[in-house]
Amino acid sequence: MTSDTRLLPHSRNGWLMLTAGAVALAIAPQFLPLYYVELGTSALIAAMLALSMQVLVGATGLVSLGHGAFYGLAAYTVYLVSPESAAQPMWLTLPLAMAVAGLAAFLVGLLSIRTSGFFFLMVTLAFGQMIFFIFHDTKLGGGTDGAYLGKPLISAFGATFDLPRRQRPLGIYYVALIQLMLMYAGLALLLKTLFGRALEGIKVNEHRMRAIGYDTYTIKLIAFTLAGSLAGAAGHMWALHRGFVNPEIVGWHQSAEALLMILLGGLGSLHGPILGALALTGLGEATQVLTEVSKAPYVPEKIAALLRLLGERKLLVEGLVILAVVIMLPRGLAGIGSKRLDKSGGGHA
Amino acid sequence: MHDPAAARTPVLETRDLSKNFGGLRATRNVSLSLHRNELHAIIGPNGAGKSTLVNLLAGEFRPSAGTILLEGRDVTGLTNWRRTRAGIARSFQRTNIFLPLSARENVRLAAQAKTGTLASLRGRAAGAVSLVAAADQAIERAGLTGSRDRIAGELSHGEQRQLEIAMTLATEPGVLLLDEPLAGMGQEEGERIAALLKDLSRDHAVLLIEHDMDFVFKVADIMTVLVEGAVLATGTPQDVRRNAAVQAAYLGGHA
Repeated sequence: MTSDTRLLPHSRNGWLMLTAGAVALAIAPQFLPLYYVELGTSALIAAMLALSMQVLVGATGLVSLGHGAFYGLAAYTVYLVSPESAAQPMWLTLPLAMAVAGLAAFLVGLLSIRTSGFFFLMVTLAFGQMIFFIFHDTKLGGGTDGAYLGKPLISAFGATFDLPRRQRPLGIYYVALIQLMLMYAGLALLLKTLFGRALEGIKVNEHRMRAIGYDTYTIKLIAFTLAGSLAGAAGHMWALHRGFVNPEIVGWHQSAEALLMILLGGLGSLHGPILGALALTGLGEATQVLTEVSKAPYVPEKIAALLRLLGERKLLVEGLVILAVVIMLPRGLAGIGSKRLDKSGGGHA
Repeated sequence: MHDPAAARTPVLETRDLSKNFGGLRATRNVSLSLHRNELHAIIGPNGAGKSTLVNLLAGEFRPSAGTILLEGRDVTGLTNWRRTRAGIARSFQRTNIFLPLSARENVRLAAQAKTGTLASLRGRAAGAVSLVAAADQAIERAGLTGSRDRIAGELSHGEQRQLEIAMTLATEPGVLLLDEPLAGMGQEEGERIAALLKDLSRDHAVLLIEHDMDFVFKVADIMTVLVEGAVLATGTPQDVRRNAAVQAAYLGGHA
């Protein structure tokens, strides 16, 4: 009866494909070497960050360059509350990291939400870099070198998951995957509320929303705070995954990378950023493979030289691929094959 | 049939309202009263400050001086969204709608605005039957029922103008500020809108800005002539037509 949000699949088939993707992510580690399981965990964490950012970009139309700072801040929070030799339980660290990131986002949002467009971009960048320099220039979290977290890394409900070294990556992978799925489900429910409809209205035409009586400032502040605390969940997971924090993870390029993932995966869907994160992580890995292939004995020298050239320029390759995707697939990877569905009126009643 | 005492209490009143943009005095000491069951047209040459006045009443601009009273309550300090919630709804001269959404969703969003932000977090959009009903009612009144499921951006220009009106109606206002609802419409569509405005003025205080003089003289109950931001004359169309100052300043040979 009412039109549903355009960020969620429009058809049963869409939901089926999404479920199939989730099942694939759940069983993949059983068939992969540990190295790729760990890489997968990194991709899932990147997906959490990009998904949290989609609350701003895709749902509300806010592009922030301070988003990565909340992610990094959460990772540092885990470090700061963890004693040297024992892990704090996750039921403590996760809510704490999300609360700290959410509070920071709320404060930054209070001061930045009134601006829009380019100015919003710059103000959020400035606040993000302030948080970056707190960790970069003080000894709070080990300064520029960063710091290691005590082991074991994951514990919950009094039990530590002190898994054997070979199984630890699997445990962390599933913890990340469950959080990503919960985050998606939670956001899907949010988008289905009246609040979600208001977010879409703001994205499409904020001025009109104010004219018909919406307090867009408060609505955007809630979205900004929520997105920040979800970025905190991603940052928290990053700390547990890597067991290490350094100022890099607080810097603005975290935001830029999450933006690229959204662009690559698709601005117009909630699952787009997840696809984008997986694709970008895979792409980074593929450029490494180019270098490996160039070393093979049967590869002609000229091709090997080209492969080495590309392999050494990971960012260049990534940039070219993203450019190609943006030009050829304006709706990102998530838009593949959905064009026809939309034309035939995929539920826009 | 109508209580004259109630009709005499203005729904919306301005007192010495002024707005300066730097050295430009766009609105000068404008005092006017809008009443329920009255279609009040504002006319004036280009640059007379008609749109500025609408923006002041809608809370888009802060006045430099003067007060705005809604049902006797001072609303001068309220921003645009609070004014709308208080009961002042405006349509835009240049169509301002949610282009990628269906016409129905455009109007439903307008109906939803009164649901508080926190309450909106708890309410499922799919379950908001009353909002859809309210939207459908506004759509029907604006004469757009046949096109309600179409994407707003794909509606004809005239339908988009009707959608503008439906959206303002859905906020359940006491005061309607309509900024050139006819802009770019054909003759036949104009007739339809004229009937609609007459109908709306039965239960709203309507302020209308319109360039088309024939149309204004046909539908208006009261007219205010603005020249260089100031009120030159206010009265019934007959009064205004006979007013010598108005004839000299604006209407020319029209009367």
